[in-house]
Amino acid sequence: MSIGTERLPAGGRSLAGRFIERAAQWPWWLLVIALVGVLIAWNALTSELYSAIFSRLTLGIGVTIFTTLVAYSLALVIGLLAGLGRVSGNPVVFNIATLYVQVIRGVPILVQLLVIAFVIVPALIDGVNSLGALLAPLIGEPNLLTQTRPQDVPFLTRCIIALAIAYGGFQAETFRAGIQSISKGQMEAARSLGMSYVQAMRYIILPQAIRRVLPPLGNDFIAMLKDSSLVSVLGVRDITQEARLYAAASFRYMETYVSLAFFYLAMTILLSLGVRWLENRLNSHGRGQG
Amino acid sequence: MSTGAAPPIGDPSAIIIIKNLVKEFHGLRAVDDVSLTVARGKVTVIIGPSGSGKSTLLRCINHLEVPTSGDIWVDGIHLTHHAKDINAVRAEVGMVFQQFNLFPHLTVLQNVMLAQRVVRKRSEAEAREIAMQQLARVGIPEKANAYPSQLSGGQQQRVAIARALAMNPKIMLFDEPTSALDPEMIKEVLDVMLELASSGMTMVVVTHEMGFARNAADEVVFMDRGRIVEQGPPDVLFQQPREARTRAFLSQILR
Repeated sequence: MSIGTERLPAGGRSLAGRFIERAAQWPWWLLVIALVGVLIAWNALTSELYSAIFSRLTLGIGVTIFTTLVAYSLALVIGLLAGLGRVSGNPVVFNIATLYVQVIRGVPILVQLLVIAFVIVPALIDGVNSLGALLAPLIGEPNLLTQTRPQDVPFLTRCIIALAIAYGGFQAETFRAGIQSISKGQMEAARSLGMSYVQAMRYIILPQAIRRVLPPLGNDFIAMLKDSSLVSVLGVRDITQEARLYAAASFRYMETYVSLAFFYLAMTILLSLGVRWLENRLNSHGRGQG
Repeated sequence: MSTGAAPPIGDPSAIIIIKNLVKEFHGLRAVDDVSLTVARGKVTVIIGPSGSGKSTLLRCINHLEVPTSGDIWVDGIHLTHHAKDINAVRAEVGMVFQQFNLFPHLTVLQNVMLAQRVVRKRSEAEAREIAMQQLARVGIPEKANAYPSQLSGGQQQRVAIARALAMNPKIMLFDEPTSALDPEMIKEVLDVMLELASSGMTMVVVTHEMGFARNAADEVVFMDRGRIVEQGPPDVLFQQPREARTRAFLSQILR
């Protein structure tokens, strides 16, 4: 019905007018990206310089993907726990979770990375050392705890911890919003059947809340992939660091950084298509269940 | 507040005893010094204008609202002071809500089975059997594998009743169970409630359905502004109300 009424005025227009109308709706942006991609891929196959850049960047892609996957998984766990803390009725838990979220949201992610890598991890090692000294009478003087040095913790590990803590803060708020979007009656019905708070969360609230926050969580994954480039600041050899090293050695800044940008773009476009597919699937699936 | 957890000595048939219950919301008294005894196997209907505190009183019985002061005993367990026992008491007290509150991510069968499994620790097979019995009792066994959003309001409310009954509660609380329903679906829910009442279930019902109160109630309680104004058997309360406020309310609602 609605299609028929919409087409009526269009039928009166010229063929050219209709063509322009249709053309305006095409995803031209995707075409531009695809063209640039073809151009760069062509270069990678034909130009020696580009193929050298590409094989150099490929060295870092494992680190980029590993960092993203591990940090994101840890962030999900931290975020879920902190999100549950943010809706907790226990004032101690609530305040700890809120303090965490507020600190994370108020400090730039690059600064968090530096603080965790150079301040918090060494401080934790100090703590482990003093614990070792304290336990010396029990387990002997040069023990594993006193022997641990900050340099034993690789920068890759520190970066993953830092990214996980940073993203956990954002995901906590996503989980909190998801939990609070479920009507109060759901918790009441579960509790009225004798379920404990934890059981009600596990069986009733979280399954519904997590379904609602999957799209924003998917976007967070894309954001994490991009922010994983920050680890290059600490010398971790992800694709950004490989690009910086190559560019600095060859003075080929333009070719290297354009290729680097294209690497990220290709990965994020693939991922966002995946997120969109997931969203559609959930929508068509969830419709029957209101 | 009394300090003892022992129920007051009195009528042995009493299953719910409420003494001097007060519930305040931000200084506003929703329930104001209410005392009420519900006898085992009897149907008590609470009526009154909206905002009179009848739903709040009902929700205090299973501690969905925590009373500001006063005491409640449910089947001999002192609810007000023993927060740990609340989950145990809730399993014995079924509740049906105005908005049904079915779990939308679970099928009808799963809705009726879940609490049996995780609270009563019944086996899968036993929970399924009891769930199907209760769904048959409320007249919709054929919807067992449907999702709540595929059901009409009346069907959803009947599933909610089956879900509560599957826990084998000693008491059933109904909080305006037909107020969110389209008129043509009210009867199917009331019929289930009438059958339940005739089976000897202890019921406390907050409702505006005066027909149900007349037919099924053993005791009708009229509340206004957080207090019980008057209570008695339905034929007495409806035919010869003592209080002017009761008469005024009834004259507005019965015409």
